[in-house]
Amino acid sequence: MHIITMENQVKLILEKHGKVKRDSLIPILQEIQEAEGYLSEAAIVEVGTSMKIPASKIYGVATFYNQFRFSPKGKYNILVCRGTACHVLGSSTVLKEIEKYLKIKAGQTSKDGLFSIEVVACIGACGLAPVICINGEFHAKVTSESIKKIIDNYRNFNINEN
Amino acid sequence: MKTNITVNSKIVEAEKGEKVLDVLLRNGIRIPTLCNLKDMIPTGACRMCLVENEVNGKLFTSCSYPVEDNMKIRTHSPRVLNARKTIIELLLSNHPDDCLYCPRNLNCELQSLATEMGIDRKKIYGKKNKFNSDYSSQSIVRNPDKCILCGRCVRVCEDVIGVSCIDFINRGSFTTIGTTFNKGLNTSSCVNCGQCLVVCPTAAITEKSSTEPVLAALNNPDLKVVVQYAPAISVSIAEEFGLPVGTDMNGVLNAALRKIGFDYVFDTSFTADLTIMEEVAELIDRIVNNKTLPMITSCCPAWIKYAEEFYPDLLKNVSSCKSPQQMMGAIIKSYFAKFEEIKPEKIFSVSVMPCTAKKFEAQREEFTSKGISDVDAVLTTRELVKLINQYGIDITNIDPELTDSPFLKRTSAGKIFAASGGVMEAAIRTAYYSLTGKELSKYKINETRGPNKIKKFNISIDDINLNFAVINGLGNAKGVLDDIRKGKSEYQFIEIMTCPGGCIAGGGQLINSKKDKTLKRANTLYEIDENDSTKASHQNFQIKRLYENFLENPMSHFSHDLLHTSYIERDVIL
Ligand code: SF4
Ligand code: SF4
Ligand code: FES
Repeated sequence: MHIITMENQVKLILEKHGKVKRDSLIPILQEIQEAEGYLSEAAIVEVGTSMKIPASKIYGVATFYNQFRFSPKGKYNILVCRGTACHVLGSSTVLKEIEKYLKIKAGQTSKDGLFSIEVVACIGACGLAPVICINGEFHAKVTSESIKKIIDNYRNFNINEN
Repeated sequence: MKTNITVNSKIVEAEKGEKVLDVLLRNGIRIPTLCNLKDMIPTGACRMCLVENEVNGKLFTSCSYPVEDNMKIRTHSPRVLNARKTIIELLLSNHPDDCLYCPRNLNCELQSLATEMGIDRKKIYGKKNKFNSDYSSQSIVRNPDKCILCGRCVRVCEDVIGVSCIDFINRGSFTTIGTTFNKGLNTSSCVNCGQCLVVCPTAAITEKSSTEPVLAALNNPDLKVVVQYAPAISVSIAEEFGLPVGTDMNGVLNAALRKIGFDYVFDTSFTADLTIMEEVAELIDRIVNNKTLPMITSCCPAWIKYAEEFYPDLLKNVSSCKSPQQMMGAIIKSYFAKFEEIKPEKIFSVSVMPCTAKKFEAQREEFTSKGISDVDAVLTTRELVKLINQYGIDITNIDPELTDSPFLKRTSAGKIFAASGGVMEAAIRTAYYSLTGKELSKYKINETRGPNKIKKFNISIDDINLNFAVINGLGNAKGVLDDIRKGKSEYQFIEIMTCPGGCIAGGGQLINSKKDKTLKRANTLYEIDENDSTKASHQNFQIKRLYENFLENPMSHFSHDLLHTSYIERDVIL
């Protein structure tokens, strides 16, 4: 099997864009995130060097957009729907509760690498509101209480798996 | 093209296309501004400078709006005043409100604008900012809680210094100023120049204070506390004590430092002379023996860090001479310690510098041997002024004194180091003597002086034709450095100073954005030079004695150990 390292990956993407202009910064970052799952420091520095933009500027631009994350996703990525229906039924409390329980904020990954939280506009499952989705599995009508159990289940599952 | 506009019902002459703000200021109307920076493209970010268009009743930002024919504006109408007041109230809504304990208390633009707008109570309550402060740098402390997001620091760091290690990160109410990945400034390419903190209207960026260790040393009976002050200091503090900007306080400064309790007082201009002896010897060696050229000055620690980060391949071009601060530090703990029979470890060596990067420089590994640093603590001009005030010294009412032996004498060549071009001018005076055995007929070298960003010129000494460049502001260095990299440089010798104007406009100087003091300070320096009877470093008899008694010759084995160093590539986030 041919292993593509992260560095090569970023280089390939940059090469593909050829002589890059500043306008292509966002598409390039998007592609890197697509390939790597997140924007690493190394990737940002690499993009900066090749586009002759200071890394601070790239980080500044990237943090302006919600779509970029700066740490790898956890083994279990929790999508929290913040669409209108979910909002009406209390998704903001759900999000806060998850953040509190995992001691991380949306966009971050827990220290053990197990969980990450991502906020999405609308998953399109309004009937199940408030809904979260963990690695493709939907959890309907979650509450502050049920959410802890759900997270614990994944944690236990992970322990048994190992 | 000239045109007339109406300001507060009065006709005022203006240039079409110039910014409305400039017309108003010229006509004696004060307009509050926050994001605006002199000589830089306005961003219109803070909206503090709003004025009213009398014709359509709209408010617009005067800093960014160009003059048009038949403009009619009102600068202090109720609407304008109200809008400005609301802006300040909003800025205050999430502000920490701890003025009394703030390093910028009574010298804060936000505070004075609040007073000016007549704000006498908190009207808008927002959630108070709670970011982490960044103490990672040896020179600069960042406290984003106090940041009002004017963006001045970001622009200075990018456009004036050419470093760009900070930017706006995140957005909306989470916006803050930070480095890549919001890590500590010490992991970034920050060169510690302090120009960001000089333009910051609040205490969101300040210096790392060394006052406490200095006070502790002064109160420790076991230590001899020695102080040196940079050539810029004596011409940079007068205004703080109600004297005209640029007044030379030299002798009085010596007296004040002794009153504070320093046991020995030295002027770094002495080792500026020493730097010239070593640097000129190095330059001539490079020229005569076909070694790496151009040679670039090494006095400015911000430039050195920049070179280590952005141009490590050009470190061989950088002079191996330590800076005057470090040379003084090195001879204090060697020659002077012997002279006075004090053990080096019993000496606490303080320097007063117009510079925040000197704090970083003093703690570099290169300048420590066997656990003893050449310089133990660096105070900025601001910290010195605080000490003078704390010790209740009435500087307008004390008698001048001299510096201490054995470094009593400085030449005016060492003194002009404080202005951009000064090192170059001093070096040429001594280089001429070294190459020809004769003194220059005219010491003044006009081409090195003045505010130009790059000062290029050419001088023939005997039959050697030499090209020189003075880079005034680190942001102007790139082109010249890229040429060296490409092997296309025409120069033999280049001076680089990070702060535009040189050390007299350094990042450690008193903060008052309203007045431009650089020119006045430079004029005083050149006046001192004009009136001095020894204008070249090699004429300093105490420098001669130092060589006779201790160092032997410039570039000797001894000087090499004590006064020279080398640098290596530095790995930071660029
Ligand atoms: S100290 Fe100089 S280099 Fe560092 S952030 Fe401030 S302006 Fe930029
Ligand atoms: S840190 Fe200071 S200069 Fe920079 S944006 Fe904030 S208030 Fe303005
Ligand atoms: S000073 Fe004009 S918008 Fe800030």
